[in-house]
Amino acid sequence: MSHLVILPILLPLVAGALLLLLSRHDERLRQALGLVSAVAQLALAIAVLAGVADGSYLVYALGDWPAPFGIVLVADRLSAVMLLVTAVVAVAALLYATTVPRPGAHFQALFQFQLLGINGAFLTGDLFNLFVFFEVLLIAFYALLFQGLGAERVRAAVHAVVLNLIGSALFLFAVGTLYAATGTLNFADLARVVPALEPDVVPLARTGALLLLVVFALKAAVLPLGFWIPQAYAAAPAAAAALFAVLTKVGVYAMLRVYPLAFGDPAGELAGVAAAWVLPAALVTLAFGALGVLGSRTLRAAAGWLVVYSVGTLLVAVGLFSAAGYRAALYYTVHSTLAGAAMFLLVDLVARHRGLVCDRLDRAAPIGHAALLGSLYFVGALAVAGLPPLTGFTGKLLVLDAARESGVAGLAWSVLLAGTLVVIVALARVGSAVFWRTSDGPEVTDALSRRAVASVVLLLGTLVAMVAGGGVVTAFASSTARQLAEPASYVSAVIAPDVEGPAHRRRLE
Amino acid sequence: MEGLVAFAVGLLTATGVYLMLRARTFPVLLGLTLLSYAVNLFLFASGGLVVGSAPLTDAGGGPYPDPIPQALVLTAIVIGFGMTALLVVLALRAIRETGGDHVDGGPG
Repeated sequence: MSHLVILPILLPLVAGALLLLLSRHDERLRQALGLVSAVAQLALAIAVLAGVADGSYLVYALGDWPAPFGIVLVADRLSAVMLLVTAVVAVAALLYATTVPRPGAHFQALFQFQLLGINGAFLTGDLFNLFVFFEVLLIAFYALLFQGLGAERVRAAVHAVVLNLIGSALFLFAVGTLYAATGTLNFADLARVVPALEPDVVPLARTGALLLLVVFALKAAVLPLGFWIPQAYAAAPAAAAALFAVLTKVGVYAMLRVYPLAFGDPAGELAGVAAAWVLPAALVTLAFGALGVLGSRTLRAAAGWLVVYSVGTLLVAVGLFSAAGYRAALYYTVHSTLAGAAMFLLVDLVARHRGLVCDRLDRAAPIGHAALLGSLYFVGALAVAGLPPLTGFTGKLLVLDAARESGVAGLAWSVLLAGTLVVIVALARVGSAVFWRTSDGPEVTDALSRRAVASVVLLLGTLVAMVAGGGVVTAFASSTARQLAEPASYVSAVIAPDVEGPAHRRRLE
Repeated sequence: MEGLVAFAVGLLTATGVYLMLRARTFPVLLGLTLLSYAVNLFLFASGGLVVGSAPLTDAGGGPYPDPIPQALVLTAIVIGFGMTALLVVLALRAIRETGGDHVDGGPG
């Protein structure tokens, strides 16, 4: 058994602990260590991706206890892609963080712990460890959120913490309900047990599955549970906010992991239990997100609402619960995570060069380095709005194409296209307010940080590379979608066919 | 037995939800704590309630309880405890920063 699968969890754990020990040392040393750890995670993610690219599964049984008795980590194509995207965002965010004048004392350590939680959530093979890794990433998220002072930040943090604690309680209720109904929490074992449930526990399992959907929706910024997200993200330091762009995708990942596997087509009465809810919520989220961008009065708020908007678009694809939908969702996840993170970094960079006005959309002295920052904003805006030639366009096209075959094509198409129009208008408004509507006065002439620009270029460049290698990327998305739509291979990879779990034993009693 | 546990979980949840809907941080904190108690009790019962069985295992092959919910509850208690401590610190910080304990900031 190769230990590769657990390394993306161990590495940030060790790096984070080391960074805590070094908290009194030179900031430069910590920054270097954090970056080295992130680059190493990038290499690990590529290694995992290479291991699963042929459609196989990397299964790691902790303590060599076989599933479903022990804890397993499972890497498949979906997990590997998510690990890779997280690592790319982490490298860019940490590169950007080296240019921030006074980061909090434990910023680097907390960042690594957040990566630990995110990587763990992508790799875990059972529901309870998903909860544990959610908590790990959330506690790092809270701490990153209220780094630094300010009443606005504290207020945002109180809301975020209280809401997420309620979410955690609901998660545990859902876990308890599902365990009571099925007798197992292992994803693969759930997939085996759910189709054979006795009729009298089916309502219980349905309750658990839908409670779980509420929790994932809270994490993923789905309305009406996502109003806290723009406010919290806008209050966070830029490098942390860029990583938070991955956080919402953890919720989406959890939906993509649990529902096709455990409540997919073979699940009998419980097949497609979430389908009736995801799509309407996605359309509402999309519409609200687009209006939120339009109504934003600061750059950071606009970037926060763009995250909500992209989650809405993404969930339209997820909500179709078809192979074509998964393909579009996967492509759009990668795109929107990178583009969202790039926007957070770029917006902060722009705000730094606007003098006292900072990120408010007020008339101000001409911005420094307008040509370079303006071009970067233009490319970023093209990507998030979904205009050709960047990935947003391809992604949206895939979503539209997937929706074409469903029964709700008309509604989904009109909301998607209208939302795109609103976002284009909103981004044009923001761009012209920042770069063109200037008052008389001397240009702000702070020196431009090369590393900060490089971090934005890294993220946008990855998007351009995705366009250049479009055929490969789309083919990979298709094969991942096929893998998701066929849960049987996941089950047989994780659990040996003749092993009877505790759930079976209980059913016999 | 089942009725008693269900009643206790329901009462704790109802009290917790009521307190969480208050507009001040301290009642919200208490509400979250009560809700986490409800969750713990609920998880504990999710393996089924057995009366008169061995606490861990029975060498004679008699009935013994499902160990998984116990492990889940233990983890949930630890995590819930840590999160509550964090929220206490945050609430105190909010009072210092905004001059009040209203959940939306401000003295209210």
